[in-house]
Amino acid sequence: MTYDESTAKLLAKDAAEIFARYPVRRSALLPLLHLVQSVDGYVSPDGIQFCAEQLDLSSAEVSAVATFYTQYKRRPNGEYQLGVCTNTLCAVMGGDEIWRQLSERVGVGHDETTADGKISLERLECNAGCDYAPVMMVNWEFFDNMTPESALQLVDDILAGKDLVPTRGADKVVSFKEASRVLAGFDDGRADEGVSAGRPSLAGLDKAKEQGWKGQDT
Amino acid sequence: MEGAGHVTQLTPVLSATWGLEHSWNFDTYRAHGGYEAATKALAMDQADIIQAVKDSGLRGRGGAGFPTGMKWGFLPADDGGPRYLVVNADESEPGACKDMPTMMAAPHTLIEGVVITSFAIGCDHAFIYVRGEVIHVYRRLMKAVAEAYDNGWLGTNIKGTGFNLDVTVHAGAGAYICGEETALLDSLEGRRGQPRLKPPFPAVAGLYARPTVVNNVESIASVPSIINHGVDWFTSMGTDKSKGMGLFSLSGHVNRPGQYEAPLGITPRELLEMAGGIRDGHTLKFWTPGGSSTPIFTDDHLDVPLDYESVGAAGSMLGTRSLQIFDDTTCVVRAVERWTEFYKHESCGKCTPCREGTYWLDLIMRRLETGRGTMADIQQLLDTCDSIAGRAFCALGDAATAPVISSVTLFREEYERHVTEGGCPFDPAASALFDYDSAPEEAHA
Amino acid sequence: MSATADKVPTTTDLVTVMIDGLETHVEKGTLIIRAAEQVGIEIPRFCDHPALEPVAACRQCLVEVASPGPDGNLRAFPKPQPSCSMPVTEGMVVKTQYTSEEADRAQKGVMELLLINHPLDCPICDKGGECPLQNQAMSHGWDESRFVDTKRVFEKPLLLSSEILLDRERCIMCQRCTRFSQEIAGDAFIDLQNRGAMQQIGTFNEDVLGFDGYGPVGAAAEDESGNAFSSYYSGNTIQICPVGALTSAAYRFRSRPFDLVSSPGISEHDSSGSALRTDHRHGKILRRLADNDPVVNEDWITDKDRFAFTWQNQADRITQPLVRKDGELVEASWPEALAAAAAGLTAAIGKTGTPADSKAKGVGVLPGGRVTMEDAYAYSKFARLVLGTNDVDARTRCSSDEEQAFLGATVAGTGLGVTFAELEKAPTVLLVGFEPEDEGGVVFLRLKKSAGRQSVITVASHLTRGAQKLGATLVPTVPGHEARVLASLKGTNATYKELRQPGAVIVVGERAAGSAGTLTAVGALAKRTKAKVAWIPRRAGERGAVEAGALPGLLPGGRDAAAAAARGAVATAWGTSSLPQTPGRDADAVIAAAAAKALDALVIGGVDDSDLTGDLLKAVKTAKFTVSLEVRRTAVADAADVVLPVAPPSEKSGTFVNWEGRLRAFGTAIRTDAMSDHRVLDLLARQMGTDLGTATVDAVNAELASLGAAPAGHRPTVPAEPAPAASQKSTNVAGEMVLASWHQLVDEGALQDGEPHLAGTGRVAVARVSPATAQRLGLHGVVTVTGKRRGSIDLPLAVTEGMVDDVVWVPTKSPGSWVAHQLGVHPGQTVVVKGAAA
Ligand SMILES: Cc1cc2nc3c(=O)[nH]c(=O)nc-3n(C[C@H](O)[C@H](O)[C@H](O)COP(=O)(O)O)c2cc1C
Ligand code: SF4
Ligand code: FES
Repeated sequence: MTYDESTAKLLAKDAAEIFARYPVRRSALLPLLHLVQSVDGYVSPDGIQFCAEQLDLSSAEVSAVATFYTQYKRRPNGEYQLGVCTNTLCAVMGGDEIWRQLSERVGVGHDETTADGKISLERLECNAGCDYAPVMMVNWEFFDNMTPESALQLVDDILAGKDLVPTRGADKVVSFKEASRVLAGFDDGRADEGVSAGRPSLAGLDKAKEQGWKGQDT
Repeated sequence: MEGAGHVTQLTPVLSATWGLEHSWNFDTYRAHGGYEAATKALAMDQADIIQAVKDSGLRGRGGAGFPTGMKWGFLPADDGGPRYLVVNADESEPGACKDMPTMMAAPHTLIEGVVITSFAIGCDHAFIYVRGEVIHVYRRLMKAVAEAYDNGWLGTNIKGTGFNLDVTVHAGAGAYICGEETALLDSLEGRRGQPRLKPPFPAVAGLYARPTVVNNVESIASVPSIINHGVDWFTSMGTDKSKGMGLFSLSGHVNRPGQYEAPLGITPRELLEMAGGIRDGHTLKFWTPGGSSTPIFTDDHLDVPLDYESVGAAGSMLGTRSLQIFDDTTCVVRAVERWTEFYKHESCGKCTPCREGTYWLDLIMRRLETGRGTMADIQQLLDTCDSIAGRAFCALGDAATAPVISSVTLFREEYERHVTEGGCPFDPAASALFDYDSAPEEAHA
Repeated sequence: MSATADKVPTTTDLVTVMIDGLETHVEKGTLIIRAAEQVGIEIPRFCDHPALEPVAACRQCLVEVASPGPDGNLRAFPKPQPSCSMPVTEGMVVKTQYTSEEADRAQKGVMELLLINHPLDCPICDKGGECPLQNQAMSHGWDESRFVDTKRVFEKPLLLSSEILLDRERCIMCQRCTRFSQEIAGDAFIDLQNRGAMQQIGTFNEDVLGFDGYGPVGAAAEDESGNAFSSYYSGNTIQICPVGALTSAAYRFRSRPFDLVSSPGISEHDSSGSALRTDHRHGKILRRLADNDPVVNEDWITDKDRFAFTWQNQADRITQPLVRKDGELVEASWPEALAAAAAGLTAAIGKTGTPADSKAKGVGVLPGGRVTMEDAYAYSKFARLVLGTNDVDARTRCSSDEEQAFLGATVAGTGLGVTFAELEKAPTVLLVGFEPEDEGGVVFLRLKKSAGRQSVITVASHLTRGAQKLGATLVPTVPGHEARVLASLKGTNATYKELRQPGAVIVVGERAAGSAGTLTAVGALAKRTKAKVAWIPRRAGERGAVEAGALPGLLPGGRDAAAAAARGAVATAWGTSSLPQTPGRDADAVIAAAAAKALDALVIGGVDDSDLTGDLLKAVKTAKFTVSLEVRRTAVADAADVVLPVAPPSEKSGTFVNWEGRLRAFGTAIRTDAMSDHRVLDLLARQMGTDLGTATVDAVNAELASLGAAPAGHRPTVPAEPAPAASQKSTNVAGEMVLASWHQLVDEGALQDGEPHLAGTGRVAVARVSPATAQRLGLHGVVTVTGKRRGSIDLPLAVTEGMVDDVVWVPTKSPGSWVAHQLGVHPGQTVVVKGAAA
């Protein structure tokens, strides 16, 4: 165990809070791994060991889980994780080209991180935003209807130290570590930020209004 | 069926409040009739709630379309031990994009459904398993749960009824297979998300080997409306065996992609029209009725009513009502190649047919799309699909074969052109929403 | 004469099913694949294993199934079903690959998919020739692969432990190994890693899985051993792997199965009597495997049973008798050696007919705990009939008279007592001085099978990882205080109540003898609770020696050597007028007497001096004459005057009596000239003018059978009241504490010599103390343990939660920790623990 004492203490305290959410302790493993990423920026060997000790598992059992899920990173991740959906629909609508240009610009490939630790790139599978295609996700916030230009702008903004503002999400993109902490179930108070829904989500509603359809009424 | 000229009207029920300012807040939801159903339900007999949902004919909105009330009825008699409700909010099927906006804009619709369902089935701890790649949806859910506790809709002795309920919102970590209900349960138990052997079914031994109901977000979110407006109201929508309304998600080469909440049985032609049609200057080539796991259709199928029976009879599946629409610029081989890669990437690895079969399919599809394939490869695709479909452990394996088989059947000559022309005859730039040359890369360099 | 018989369950609930047109009646709930086996139809399979929970993952066993619906009409399942996970139901109709085109196509399809990424390296694969994949591909596969792309490749092979290697590209993901490790052994040190096509079996290995690390992760480390796959049962995974993905460092590339001769046998490594198979070629053992024996070891053996066989073929193997001449041991002919041995012993017992006879002080006999029952009988008879003494003791460990009485009264000649099956079914098991994983071998696996359903309570200094895997509760006990703790189990005590449930079992280990009053207290507790008692010693020969009377106070069949009637009965059977009357010395006393010149000579079997607290080598050197019957040039053999080579178990036949009391007879696996101890003793007796009648196994067994078990009056009695427990007076020596210790399963025992790969899987030796004790004495890092005499032991400290205070535990014979040899004390005695000087 190489966590220093204060980190270890904080981790243990957070872990205890996670355990309280479940009737059976082992259920805490996924949130614990998110928690480890919020501290180390990836699932570190120390983090594996920490989870194993907390849950009385072997490290093989923990890495079995950690290596099953794509959100758990095995190498230190960038502060910003830029994901481009290249599943069929987004790819066809332009995702492939966005990926090509972005990857060329940033100079790293899938699941790789820039030397300065700022940006990691990832090709995403469908992220449930098909009506906003092509879609990108930055630290798991929605960036809708992207173009190569808007994608490259994100890189410029990151390098210029500017905040990134998702289309549907918080007022700004929090860091990868901060996002991981939210996924571990620790509220960052940003739920009230951002829109209710984007235009496509309201397309049917708009149409119904326009037509004066009142299907919802009884 | 309705006569020609009849226009099916959209029926925004779940999506009704999405356009409101701060639609996700408890107060907004409450001001628009939220939690009235829960108030009503808590005064009802548990069995009556289950009966109402049975009578409504509500079928699971997660893809398989299993009758929701019947599923609840499968729970064994109370033995004093815990039983659980698990909401499937994994939404990872390519094309599916309805549950995320539901939870982002109106999380209380789901929470209210959870309260009613839990009360009906005698559950005092419910879980919402959300895919991990949507942080803001997760925030909104956590907030909604907190608000529900603050307003006495969760916690102990809810509204003085003696009913207790805790809700845990759980983030996944990136694995499509965790949408499969038993894989989801394993994942929720802190394991690799690999499907479980059935029987026992979750109703008998699910989460922590206790009786468990697993339902899709939309299924549970539909429950309050049934309790509120009644069974007759619900059954007035939809078709004989596919009742009620549902969210139809249109994406791709249409002018107004998005969510269209409509009675089941609406036709794709109607939906397309409401969505402003195929993008200008192009024609429809192929589409998925229910996400990538359902065999593709063409414009020959535009009048197939979108209900379970009709879509099934036409050779596909209603699935998640995710209409991914592709116009004439799209190479079907490229599209299927990418889906195949997806299934290979997401195969859990447990069973041979899916693990090895998708690996092989992907190699062949890649070869074909890049013009390195042979005519024999096209047959090999079908043969390999034959070794996967119906042999795999769970439905993911079958799903992987759906786009392959259907596309070879419908567009065989396009596959052959890839072989004879030694490459893809399509220009990918033509199907993009933007001009490939429009982005001056140098400007950013 | 093995008493092993498969108990056929009585069935009432039969269902009728039709398989490939054959009607059969099988027990309800039987899986289709087993029902098919019963009618002789073999459905191909990979993930299926009868001892493991079905997973239906490989999909090789798909068959067509139809069963009657509610209306009674047969309804076919729309898809082929996995026969390994589907139970039969009344009226079911199954069509396998033999009668269903669909099933055949499904199976061939799966087979093809299994092979696309499987290498074609059968000619160099260990499994080649006995590979289920190879066999089934030939019988059920398509002739040609249509796969033209590149196969998945992995860097090869991966060392999961020093003994177990994994070739990932050969793995077909059946998960038998991981399921075995989790379900059966409880050692989840290997698991599936990665997902989908990249899924593989493995440990948490940063390099393999591509994790960014920062140096070695402390105890990444599954236990203090620092071993990743540190399981005592890991070798079973190799045996059940249906392809050649798992191999052992010991056997890898050594041989082809068709070049090997297989012989059944019984393990010599513990008292379980596990059935095994020895594969050998040109007289050399190449590997050992578990043999299925449903009533004893089921499908499994320990890694020690499997891998520890090289000890008998080390360079120091004795093939010729040795006689000391001019201070040197030199090779001699058998007649010469027997004559020399006879002469020396005759002098020692005063039968030379010379005046020196009046000064003769006699001979002590130490057979050791590893010989067969026939050998032990020969030693017992040789001592009493030829040497005229009761100074014979096979127990070269801590022992007591109380133990002898206990064994004579309740163990010897009682036949089959508590069985493996009863142990498995017992609602409650109380462990006293017994650590199942370390000292019981497959006993642990039986208890593990019932984990969760069975209450295991252990009277010990601390809860071991093994005990934790059984879900055991600890009754924290200072070694030596067991009797007092057992006496307190009465009235409203929860453990007492649990023990009163029908079927409850008290397991007591050989270490109980070292704690005065314990065995008596066990007897009393058993009486109070009506629980059954199982005495589970460690060595394979212990129970046989008890049966054969190779103890000073016991004659064959549990007869009390002090009882005239018992002696008389045996004397008659042996054709002599009387047996020696003088009470015999136990092993410690024999050694002490020899060292004090109160005995003139010693006859020693397989005894390792380093296992003894007494100084055996000094005794041998002091004694006028020593005969050693040995397999190898041990220190004892080196110090002896005559060394008579004897056969290791694989080169002889005989019987081990396992702890259940089950006779585990085995035949000769490898025929050599080597003779068993009983035969050598027979020759020696003949040389000394007595016909011992132990020339053959059959002769011994005939005699044992005619003697039978002792009648009630001929047995020793157990003391009625528990003897007062030795109270450990606390002296004022700083750091003085009570020693707790036992053997780890894999350690430096003599029978594990020459197998470094196995040794590498052993647990690293540590010294355990409670947190409070560590704190009180300021212990950390490495500590030094000193005994009454001899040297000291330096070990890393392992502060152990829940351990009793003021007790230190160290392993008995692990690297750097040879308790008897280095400390010269028994558990329960005191040692001094200090922080090691920097
Ligand atoms: C590979 C696979 C992925 C699935 N993904 C989802 C999903 O993301 N969301 C969902 O609700 N159901 C999904 N399902 C269906 C579930 O297994 C299950 O049928 C559903 O959650 C039941 O809820 P319902 O009856 O309310 O539809 C998936 C099934 C499979 C085989
Ligand atoms: S079909 Fe098999 S490998 Fe694929 S996801 Fe299901 S169980 Fe896993
Ligand atoms: S043996 Fe039946 S699925 Fe593997």
